[in-house]
Amino acid sequence: MSRVILEVDHLTKAFGGLLAVNDVSFQMYEGEILGLIGPNGAGKTTLFNLVNGVYKPTRGHVRFLSQEITGLPPYEVVKRGLARTHQIVRPLNEMTVLENVVVGACFGAENLGLEPAARVAEEVLAFVGLAEYRDTLAGKLNLALKKRLEVARALAARPKLLLLDEVLAGLNPAEVERMLGVIRRIREQGISILMIEHIMQAIMSLSDRVVVLNFGQKLAEGKPEEVASDPRVIEAYLGDPEMAKKILEEEA
Amino acid sequence: MKLFARPFFWLIVAVTLLYALLPTLGQNVTLRETLVLSAIYIILAANLNLMIGYTGYVNFGSIVFFGLGGYLTLWLVGGHHWGLYPAVLLAGAVTSLLAFLLGIGVLRLRGAYFALATIGINEAVKDFVANFDPWGGAEGIFLPFTAFKAMGGPGKALWTVYLLIVLVMGLSLLVAYLVKRSKFGLGLFAIREDEDAAMVLGVKAPLFKTLVYSLSAFLPAVAGGLYFFKNGSIIPDEAFNLHLSIEAIVMVMLGGQGTVTGAAVGAALYERLRGLLLTIPGLSNFHLVIAGVLLLLIILFAPGGLMGWLYRAWPRLRRVLE
Repeated sequence: MSRVILEVDHLTKAFGGLLAVNDVSFQMYEGEILGLIGPNGAGKTTLFNLVNGVYKPTRGHVRFLSQEITGLPPYEVVKRGLARTHQIVRPLNEMTVLENVVVGACFGAENLGLEPAARVAEEVLAFVGLAEYRDTLAGKLNLALKKRLEVARALAARPKLLLLDEVLAGLNPAEVERMLGVIRRIREQGISILMIEHIMQAIMSLSDRVVVLNFGQKLAEGKPEEVASDPRVIEAYLGDPEMAKKILEEEA
Repeated sequence: MKLFARPFFWLIVAVTLLYALLPTLGQNVTLRETLVLSAIYIILAANLNLMIGYTGYVNFGSIVFFGLGGYLTLWLVGGHHWGLYPAVLLAGAVTSLLAFLLGIGVLRLRGAYFALATIGINEAVKDFVANFDPWGGAEGIFLPFTAFKAMGGPGKALWTVYLLIVLVMGLSLLVAYLVKRSKFGLGLFAIREDEDAAMVLGVKAPLFKTLVYSLSAFLPAVAGGLYFFKNGSIIPDEAFNLHLSIEAIVMVMLGGQGTVTGAAVGAALYERLRGLLLTIPGLSNFHLVIAGVLLLLIILFAPGGLMGWLYRAWPRLRRVLE
């Protein structure tokens, strides 16, 4: 088995009395695509925010390549090789697409100067298919392109692990297909991916393993097909498992 | 970046030389007094622009740096018989250091809260100085006539100080340009657009903000030292004049925040406008009303200021005029 790249260890985050993430533990291996799924409000994005340092955990640890990164601010985390995208896109609106990606390259894991960063940025833009928009102001892009910009900026940081937060949400089928291609090619480069996704077909076909969260707790973990047939997972998504089973059978 | 190959660098040199030579050639004192104010405004606007235009933090109390620089300089020159040059440099360094320490705390605030805090800083420093006996309290500091002796008498000293102020103006524009074209500047612009996203991308926002706040204090403090040395006196109300602080914001917005040219042109234009209004009898301080209305109109209808408008009309200008 390959090396553990990310270890989430009894991670807990309380917002007042609400346990948004409650004692979640899992490991991720190098080169793996791990899907993180769960109903709305399950704590998936909060878990991302804990891993990359946007929030400090109430309890528990995050280790990246065996190093403790718990509670480090996000700009330190990205320098160690862990980059992320945002579910709600956050382009630097008044800067061009190229400048956005140069920021990612400049302040990422390799800490590049402006000129080498620009070269990396051009390369990444071509990779995700944004080269023709390089001089467009980021705020003027449509959602599909903004999602790709999120991925490009994160990639420009030269990460070893990439956290993708719903990069497929809000895209039409053609755009989804295109983004899936990008994700597959990222993996071919040897970058590990932890992704949150609601589009089940996508997560089932891409992921090596899946972790399911519900009400902040880990509900299940395993191969996509195992998880999909787990009655507890079906219940979390659809309510009554007997009823769900009936619906699924009728569908079939 | 090859600085000498950039046309914009030579534009800065040319403007600086123009300010230096215009009054000196004919020994025209009236012109000198007009241009000294213009140069001071450009210094204040160019440095304030580092905060407002580059980083997106509206500093309402930027004048505190100017005033502190003035006080420190006059105290060193008048009270401790320092030469002007070491005095202004030390005044700049001390003010910059104070800004750094203050910035660590106050830059945790964002938006309107930061703006309010900066007003508070200016007012607090003003009240402190007004009650600080070593600096003359509300009476301020008067320089003895002998202070100018080392520079060849008052007449000659005033010309030298004028040229020094013009030099600081040139340096302010150069710093603004270099920061804009640097990796540091890129990080600042990212903070301006979205501070949280910038941090996720790896920009060390708390450090960057504190550094730029401190940097934006240095040259205004040096300029304050030179300006009040030239005046020969300093009092709290003049040194920490909140009006001038707000006028500096108008200059930056008028010319176009985030652009080097905009801050400079806005400052020069505003100085002309103010001069014009001051000469109309019965309208003393009316320029402040105009400044307020101007600021409102710019924010509502032309948030990019003059440069924003020019860039829209001629997009190619973006590459030439920074």
